[in-house]
Amino acid sequence: MSFDLNFIGILIGAIMASSVPLILAASGELITERSGVLNLGVEGMMIIGAISGFALMVVTDNLFFAVVGSMLSGLIISLIFGLLTQSLLTNHVATGLALTIFGIGMSAMIGKNFVGIPGKEFPLLFVNLKESIPFLGPVFFGHSIILYFAFGLPFFTNYFLKKTKTGLIIRAVGDSPTSASNQGINVTLVRYSCILYGGAMCGLAGAYLSLIYTPQWIENMTGGRGWIALALVVFATWSPIKVLIGALIFGGITILQLHMQAVGLRIPVQLLSALPYIMTIIVLVVISRDSRKIKLNTPTSLGQIFYKEK
Amino acid sequence: MYKLFLRSLISALFLLGFSLNANAEFKVGFVYVGPTGDHGWTYQHDEGRKAVEAAGIKTTYVESVPEGADAERVIRQLAQSGHDLIFTTSFGYMDPTNKVAKDFPNVKFEHATGYKREHSNVATYSARFYEGRTLLGHMAGKMTKTNIIGYIASFPIPEVIRGINAMTLAAQKVNPDIKTKIVWVFTWYDPGKESEAAQALIDQGADIIMQHTDSTAPVQVAEKAGVWSFGQASDMQRFAPKSILTSIIDDWAPYYVERSIAARDGTWKQQDTWHGLKEGMVAMAPYNSVMGDDLVKEVEQLQKDLASGKAHSFTGPIYDQKGNILVAEGAVADDGMLAGMNVYVKGVEGDIPQ
Repeated sequence: MSFDLNFIGILIGAIMASSVPLILAASGELITERSGVLNLGVEGMMIIGAISGFALMVVTDNLFFAVVGSMLSGLIISLIFGLLTQSLLTNHVATGLALTIFGIGMSAMIGKNFVGIPGKEFPLLFVNLKESIPFLGPVFFGHSIILYFAFGLPFFTNYFLKKTKTGLIIRAVGDSPTSASNQGINVTLVRYSCILYGGAMCGLAGAYLSLIYTPQWIENMTGGRGWIALALVVFATWSPIKVLIGALIFGGITILQLHMQAVGLRIPVQLLSALPYIMTIIVLVVISRDSRKIKLNTPTSLGQIFYKEK
Repeated sequence: MYKLFLRSLISALFLLGFSLNANAEFKVGFVYVGPTGDHGWTYQHDEGRKAVEAAGIKTTYVESVPEGADAERVIRQLAQSGHDLIFTTSFGYMDPTNKVAKDFPNVKFEHATGYKREHSNVATYSARFYEGRTLLGHMAGKMTKTNIIGYIASFPIPEVIRGINAMTLAAQKVNPDIKTKIVWVFTWYDPGKESEAAQALIDQGADIIMQHTDSTAPVQVAEKAGVWSFGQASDMQRFAPKSILTSIIDDWAPYYVERSIAARDGTWKQQDTWHGLKEGMVAMAPYNSVMGDDLVKEVEQLQKDLASGKAHSFTGPIYDQKGNILVAEGAVADDGMLAGMNVYVKGVEGDIPQ
């Protein structure tokens, strides 16, 4: 493996790019779960976002519409989940699973006409800085605007949940919807908003894949990233910063193991392939050992149906 | 007596009607490992299915069927729902196909790229993709500047290893300094992972990207990075117009039509088919003119020689990684050796995952 500094910078840049969809989807889902709603439909919302973004890009030839449209479509799909779980009080787990299956099927159907169309170049920012500054250039520059947004998001989410009134309300709803309701908070409205926000972020995560990461539409192109995002939220014990760390570790080891193979290191390939999963879990479990904090962060009413008696 | 006669007449008519109905309903089923829109492996199988349909035979297909327990369920379902001939189009369907075939002796099964024919109603078929790989190796050896060829491999099965070896041998012939770097992704189809693998190989100095996976992601990464690449299974040229030198195309259509008609007409027999450039099951997409007229002519000649049998992808002397002789000077590897190939030839880096 060549070890010059610039190469390591390129590697880190690639790792950051590969973890963006995980960060976006997991950050969105984190807010949803903190309000006490378990939406297992992340994969489905992502894939709907991916196809909507790509389809809009082809039809309107405008990347801005494509990105906004993908968020809107994720939001609309999550609205179905909201209607079912919040208004019709269906089971969160079953509804979320159904949403994923629905999303994958639906996206394949819409996508039939968009298969085999090459994607459009997505503008990258500060490309000249990337090339002129060794090491730091490829780490910090030459990325898409969505990447910068994704890396800011966990910090914003952290601040939002801890320091703002709205964040506090969301946490209150997630911990004890009954008490929150007694305080005059409209639990259903809060949960709806959190579900829609989660849907929009998952839609954006999907669009990142179909517009930037592998710019094309391919069936099932999310490839299970939604499930990894879901697992990240749990293993990161609902802490936005730990979600970011987990996503980076997962993306990092995925890419590093490919490099180790390319170099020809004599480590069993199966072990290398399993490494991202194993390491992410180990690291997150180790950094989240504090049981008091886990209790503090875990939304107590997660996945439970809230029914306001009248 | 009269009643008995009437009864048997009715049942005879009924049976006749039933069998006529069954005849009219001759159906061929296809099981795919990926989506038909992958523009690679499964896409080409589906093109074959469409040709069968065009020949006036009813077909159905099930796509994105994982290799494993699900596969058996899907194959069984197809057999139960009145399909007379079932094509299972991925290596991992080998055991499920044979298992279901045992329970449905009247249904014919065709398994792609496998070697197990445990029952008389199971045939196998494959294409000599390695002949195409030989051509790619020749081009890669001539076109590389860094002398590193990046190869994205799926699963360590003989078919994949054969391709790696054929390519490396051909590349070494025109460029002795060549090195083949391999990344195993353990999937046939995962665009994200395939593009990460391609990027890793490019970062490690490869300026030629070759894939034995099914999506178009690697060639697109190559296009962006400005290195050469080759399309897999289907002509992927429009996904990477500057980067792709050619694609290996799997043309299953003639075989599928022939076998479906044979099964319908009752002339279907168990067999093991292994067709290549000669029969047209393996074809090459147009060669990219950036290679220059001389190289294109060379490759075209080599393609003709491989098709006519004048040249063979595995002509001795061939050594394994440790230097033991695999094929003696002047000899060519026989089909048995090719079918079970499980060692790398000299010049390939790394170990085969066990």
